[in-house]
Amino acid sequence: MGIAEMAASETILSVKDLRVRFRTLDGAVEAVKGINIHVNAGETVAVVGESGSGKSQTMMAAMSLLASNGEATGSVDYRGRNLLTLSKSELNKVRGAKISMIFQEPMTSLDPLYSIGNQLIEPIRRHRGLNAAEAHEEALKLLRLVHIPDPERRMKSYPHEMSGGQRQRVMIAMALANDPDILIADEPTTALDVTIQAQILMLLAELQRKLGMAIVFITHDLGIVRRFADRVYVMRQGEVVEEGEAEAIFVNPQHAYTKMLLAAEPTGSKAPPPANAPVLLEGRNVEVTFKIGGGFLAGEPLMLRAVDHISIRLQRNQTIGIVGESGSGKSTLGRALLRLLPSDGLIRFGDRDISQADRQAMRPLRRQMQLVFQDPFGSLSPRMTVGQVITEGLLVHEPNLSGKQRDLRAVEALREVGLDPNARNRYPHEFSGGQRQRIAIARAMILKPKLVVLDEPTSALDRSVQKQIVELLRKLQADHELSYLFISHDLSVVRAMADYIIVMKQGKIVEEGPTEAIFSNPQHVYTQTLMAAAIDVTRFRLSA
Amino acid sequence: MLRYVLRRLLTAIPTLFVIVTMAFFLMRVAPGGPFNQERGLSPEIRANLEAQFGLNDPLWLQFVHYLGNLLRGNFGPSYNMPDFTVTELFAKGLPISVQLGASALILALLLGSVLGTIAALNQNKLGDYTVIALATAGSTIPTFVIAPVIQLLFGLTWRLLPIGGWGDGAFINKVGPVLTLALPQIAIVARLMRGSMIESLRSHHIRTARALGLSDWSVVVKHALRGAILPIVSFTGPAAAALLTGSVIVETIFSIPGVGRYFVDAALNRDYTLVMGTVVVIAIFTIVFNLIVDVMYAVVDPRVRYD
Repeated sequence: MGIAEMAASETILSVKDLRVRFRTLDGAVEAVKGINIHVNAGETVAVVGESGSGKSQTMMAAMSLLASNGEATGSVDYRGRNLLTLSKSELNKVRGAKISMIFQEPMTSLDPLYSIGNQLIEPIRRHRGLNAAEAHEEALKLLRLVHIPDPERRMKSYPHEMSGGQRQRVMIAMALANDPDILIADEPTTALDVTIQAQILMLLAELQRKLGMAIVFITHDLGIVRRFADRVYVMRQGEVVEEGEAEAIFVNPQHAYTKMLLAAEPTGSKAPPPANAPVLLEGRNVEVTFKIGGGFLAGEPLMLRAVDHISIRLQRNQTIGIVGESGSGKSTLGRALLRLLPSDGLIRFGDRDISQADRQAMRPLRRQMQLVFQDPFGSLSPRMTVGQVITEGLLVHEPNLSGKQRDLRAVEALREVGLDPNARNRYPHEFSGGQRQRIAIARAMILKPKLVVLDEPTSALDRSVQKQIVELLRKLQADHELSYLFISHDLSVVRAMADYIIVMKQGKIVEEGPTEAIFSNPQHVYTQTLMAAAIDVTRFRLSA
Repeated sequence: MLRYVLRRLLTAIPTLFVIVTMAFFLMRVAPGGPFNQERGLSPEIRANLEAQFGLNDPLWLQFVHYLGNLLRGNFGPSYNMPDFTVTELFAKGLPISVQLGASALILALLLGSVLGTIAALNQNKLGDYTVIALATAGSTIPTFVIAPVIQLLFGLTWRLLPIGGWGDGAFINKVGPVLTLALPQIAIVARLMRGSMIESLRSHHIRTARALGLSDWSVVVKHALRGAILPIVSFTGPAAAALLTGSVIVETIFSIPGVGRYFVDAALNRDYTLVMGTVVVIAIFTIVFNLIVDVMYAVVDPRVRYD
């Protein structure tokens, strides 16, 4: 046994019987229920679970970052010292130095008011006592380490001047500033586009090889676990239900929950509609241009073309998947086709030209074209009952219905999306994310539409819930011969939903075709990159 | 940025014009005139006076004359204090009101921010409840109650402060009026600061700062406070315009010769030129302070860019 292997087997962090409780108005809520986890030097440990499993709170507790109404009991031993009982000043010598952390939200995790350089230098000076000039040099070195181009200039940049991926690189640089033993990464790539995700993961793997720290990965994404982790803890409702070597867990999962998680990837595919199916929606050379700035004495406005000459043809019972990364214009295209945004070009719905239709003219058509949004928390009015939310459209489109008839329709719609009809007397906040998305779908379905634009309807949901929503949408389509425009960045969901795919980049279509053709033989470099980033399962790193 | 300031100053011209026009004609819609109330004024003398001040001219001509004078910086004579021009009145009174108002504002910003921060750091604990109670009291008790109480306690009972008067700007004469002016503002700033600080402390970058092991001082003052200060900055614009142009209540109770009394007195006496002068001064203060606030925004927050 070599020295490296001996070092690698040393346990540096050991969580014993950790419990995390939150005091709430409804009494104490136990988020973590007595778990045991350990981390060895230099290894990669994944803590996997869905939302509410307590995976993040475990690590927040270890770092004393719990919300003010939270308390942790048990012990978190780092090299023989219990972090939970350290004084604040002792703890601050460990946090950011020996154990550091990066978070899910690269857009908001950096202080927007200070330059990157300022924020990098602060922890370096604090933990290493360097003077300003030395710390500046160190900060530059760190930016080079995480491959930020032009680091001298970037030191003076502010977070809002950088992309999400670059900000996450800066976060990583800050976390590594003091040569930590352990880097805790809490969903570090979840908020990023797939191609950027892959770059950040590769960077973490590279840095681990170079610097040798242990990484604790908190994630819901089994793809990342598979490519990255040596050992895995599977958490559910505050408990560790299964633990073991990563390979073993994937090949031979023991616990029913682990098996369910592994099977949660949406599967199946959709057959295209018959070639002679009527065309429901057609756009020809659709263009959307946004004007930025301009005005009195402010100079020429900047014109931003968000959708650039796009033509699309959606048949009855067809699902077109619109794929692209953030900023590609996919949502804008969806909105323009529904005439929710002014656009140039021709748009036909059924046999009507709606290119120039105003709000008045669109109103009678609206019931046939519905929209379901990504965020099931923000898109339902918190002050209306579920019944009111889903029947509101009927007031406009079928004003002759009596209250009783509307109620019957609500019952019918809720049954159709698999919810208990009694839900209509309750309020949206009483439901989980997946249930709320069902409510949003019921709100669209109650009007018996022909076209539904689904804008990232599954992106905010856990994998297992995603699968259920995908199945629901497919069933509704089959029952009602619906046409879907399915906007998503998630290729596995698109593959299960769509029979035709449009790949967008910077407002343009870079590739389109039947789903299987796109997946089996992507032509455009950008599509290939997307596919590789999303579907590749090569391991970044094999166990030491 | 310079271009932005220039543009804002240019757009202030039409704004001022609209304000002046509206004030001018609204004033004239009100019944009566500057010389109606003077007793024993024979109709001949009144007609003479009105002719002398051009009040018999058609209204539009009076307006044109007024605008012309205004452009030359001449606010005209005061009708009710004929020994003074409006300019002279402001030259005398404005520095006094500005001194009091600025002191009160600075006191309110400092004390209010500190109290609000203390409350936020002790959310739902004793310190928080104490500050909230004080702030509620401060913003509900009117100044015309606070002022006499200060006079009674500090002036009469303990004889620490003079009861009133300007005393040529002696420090001790300013304490009472400044406190009275500042108390409600302290309350407002404390409440604003508490809310915005609580939000700031919950933000993700504060969690990052804590995770990096930064000291409490750095987390609270360098990172949380600077982010929380923006609502206070916006509050300061209108508050400064209001405070610096004097308070009729405080100046009356403490017998301070500031400009706060002009507006009410002049409006009641139909002292047209003095009303207009006050309107113009308040409008300019408001415009200038709102501009300063917007510039300050860009100074505090690098995401704010004007071009």
